[in-house]
Amino acid sequence: MKSDIILAGVGGQGILSIAAAIGLAAASNRLFVKQSEVHGMSQRGGDVQSHLRISDRKIYSDLIPKGKADIIISVEPMEALRYLPWLSESGWIVSNSVPYVNIPSYPPAEEITAEIKKIRNSILFDAESVARDCGSVRSANMVILGAAAPFIGLPLTEIEKAVAGLFASKGEEVVKINLKAFRAGLTVTGRA
Amino acid sequence: MQKYILLGDEAIARAGVDAGISGMYAYPGTPSTEIMEYVQLLKNKGEVSISCEWSANEKSALETALGMSYTGKRAMAAMKHVGLNVAADAFINSAITGVNGGLLVVAADDPSMHSSQNEQDSRFYGKFAFVPVFEPSGQQEAYDMVFDAFELSEKYSVPVLIRITTRLAHSRAEVTSRRPHPQKQIRLPEDSSRFILMPAIARKRYKTVLGNYEKLKMENRLSKYNVFRDGHNRNLGIIACGLAWNYLMENFSDEQIPYPVLKISAYPFDKDIIMNITERCREILVLEEGYPFVEEQLRGILDDGRRIYGRMDGAIPRDGELTPDIVAKALGISTGSGPRVPDLVAPRPPSFCKGCGHADMFNAITEAMKPYPFNGVFSDIGCYTLAALPPYSAINSCVDMGASVTMAVGAADAGLHPSVAVIGDSTFTHSGMTGLLDAVVKNSNVTVIIADNQTTGMTGGQKSSGTGRLKDICTGLGVDHKHVRTIVPLRKNHEENVRIIREEIDFQGPSVIIASRECIQTAARRKKSENKSETEKDQS
Ligand SMILES: Cc1ncc(C[n+]2csc(CCOP(=O)(O)OP(=O)(O)O)c2C)c(N)n1
Repeated sequence: MKSDIILAGVGGQGILSIAAAIGLAAASNRLFVKQSEVHGMSQRGGDVQSHLRISDRKIYSDLIPKGKADIIISVEPMEALRYLPWLSESGWIVSNSVPYVNIPSYPPAEEITAEIKKIRNSILFDAESVARDCGSVRSANMVILGAAAPFIGLPLTEIEKAVAGLFASKGEEVVKINLKAFRAGLTVTGRA
Repeated sequence: MQKYILLGDEAIARAGVDAGISGMYAYPGTPSTEIMEYVQLLKNKGEVSISCEWSANEKSALETALGMSYTGKRAMAAMKHVGLNVAADAFINSAITGVNGGLLVVAADDPSMHSSQNEQDSRFYGKFAFVPVFEPSGQQEAYDMVFDAFELSEKYSVPVLIRITTRLAHSRAEVTSRRPHPQKQIRLPEDSSRFILMPAIARKRYKTVLGNYEKLKMENRLSKYNVFRDGHNRNLGIIACGLAWNYLMENFSDEQIPYPVLKISAYPFDKDIIMNITERCREILVLEEGYPFVEEQLRGILDDGRRIYGRMDGAIPRDGELTPDIVAKALGISTGSGPRVPDLVAPRPPSFCKGCGHADMFNAITEAMKPYPFNGVFSDIGCYTLAALPPYSAINSCVDMGASVTMAVGAADAGLHPSVAVIGDSTFTHSGMTGLLDAVVKNSNVTVIIADNQTTGMTGGQKSSGTGRLKDICTGLGVDHKHVRTIVPLRKNHEENVRIIREEIDFQGPSVIIASRECIQTAARRKKSENKSETEKDQS
């Protein structure tokens, strides 16, 4: 088993929580995990990305080679496109469709949608309204994780357990909302 | 023995704690910051009793660690690569005095300059100072090396440099820990005169250091990290240093590498281990993160004879960090790629947070400077450097920490007026204070604006040494108290702030304006934790 995942978004959108949930699930499944992240400027509205690799064999490189990523999971649509060179031929894009506009040159949303739709295996949807229905727009990252979960190659129950574990210290209510968000995401992909 | 998932930075910190350090000393700097933060986290949880306050700069950090080592206890100092420039005097001379308790210096290099001014290679500092260098390839190796580095440090009475780069510092993987060592007791050095580097003593010590460096090349322990693996195809031999080894392995995944490979992770290395591979193979490929450090030594000045591929002949780009793809190309292995990035994808540079006080401060500075023909402002390194970007375009320099003040002094010497420096509070206490003293002594006609957001913002909001002390520091250095002004950078104070900045620009002599308003990120975190402790109180 081997899964190479690129996580993308803008600082503050919670991609590192997605990485942590998958990482936890993989580790409790006794798999090897490597997760490289870009720190530093993330607080100030810059783009952020993380390379997450899980495997049943030892992983050497912290970086995924180009053309080898199985999934690009993105919390922002333009950010999903930034990492296309990493996507493998059979790879999936799972992305939120709501743009995060904090630059003057942000392209028109329809053009971004059109570019993502060109990728055969792509899932693009409004994760924020799904999250809002679950109780908090801030759990959009867990909605996206839910939608991507069937492609990761880990048992869904393990990922779900990891989501609960990740938010345990923040109280029952937060756990409940994030689990609901994760499950709602799963329903989007139609494989729940 | 316990299993953790740790960043490279955290693995080094965890190892330091488990190897029994009594002090961790550091000044923040990407990608090294999380080393100190991990120790502080353990201390806040009550798990360890280790001295771990941030230092004012890297030189103080390293010297404080040396003082701890003098007493016989183990200590570490951590910094980003350019921090080692600031600490270089202490580093090089601590190699001459030698250490007592084990002393490790961790330098985190940033090839490709993800968040730095340059991509210097700290391995050169090791060679320069005759200090052994360890360069781990992974998180577990980083953890294990710290233990060996401490033993080596104590055996040869020498500081040891651990060199990591961004990818390892900021990548997580599983690490298995060892049984923790207890901290050491105070045991002062038997021969304490070696810490007095007067020429007569230093000359003797230097000879010892040179002799030890030769012994270090032979040290068995070093070779444990310098591994040779033979291969049947001797047309090529590969030397892979530190992290580069991972990218080599990635490219052969499950297959056996057909070529002889030498992995180097400990310096200095002996000529023999190099000859062992060069004599076997027709051509050599050198893979290393950073400068062509090993490659240059291999080629020598004459660079004749054998074909060597590396950063110097273009087989690998001369600058920037390595990737598995770059290594693949150098090996002649075909690389893949997904679709190219569509043209519409726009860069998303970082910018001031919404509501950041720095933005209001720069609006006031820019307006205050308008009437003058020279509209330049010397600045420095921190969040406030983002004012270089549009729509502000408000600063003209960012060189090294503290340089804003001293460059303004030099420009004022040349007759430039106004000569304004804008420097962050943490940068000011790191390296700006001495420059301000120069300005006072020569009555230089400069205006120093301290962007005081009461935190070290750029690196994630660490405690800033000057918080609450800046006014006293400036008057203490001799700036006339009438010309140490405080403003609050808020939109509603704009007119008043512009007026105050103009007044101080027009004043003949050194003046300081402290633009003071808490960083909104730090403020938000503080309020959150205050609310949390309120609710905890309510519940109990
Ligand atoms: C010698 C050196 N050490 C550390 C750094 C990393 N660094 C860059 S900016 C900065 C903090 C600046 O804090 P401050 O001056 O308070 O400004 P702020 O970011 O809060 O606006 C640090 C630690 C560096 N570039 N050079």
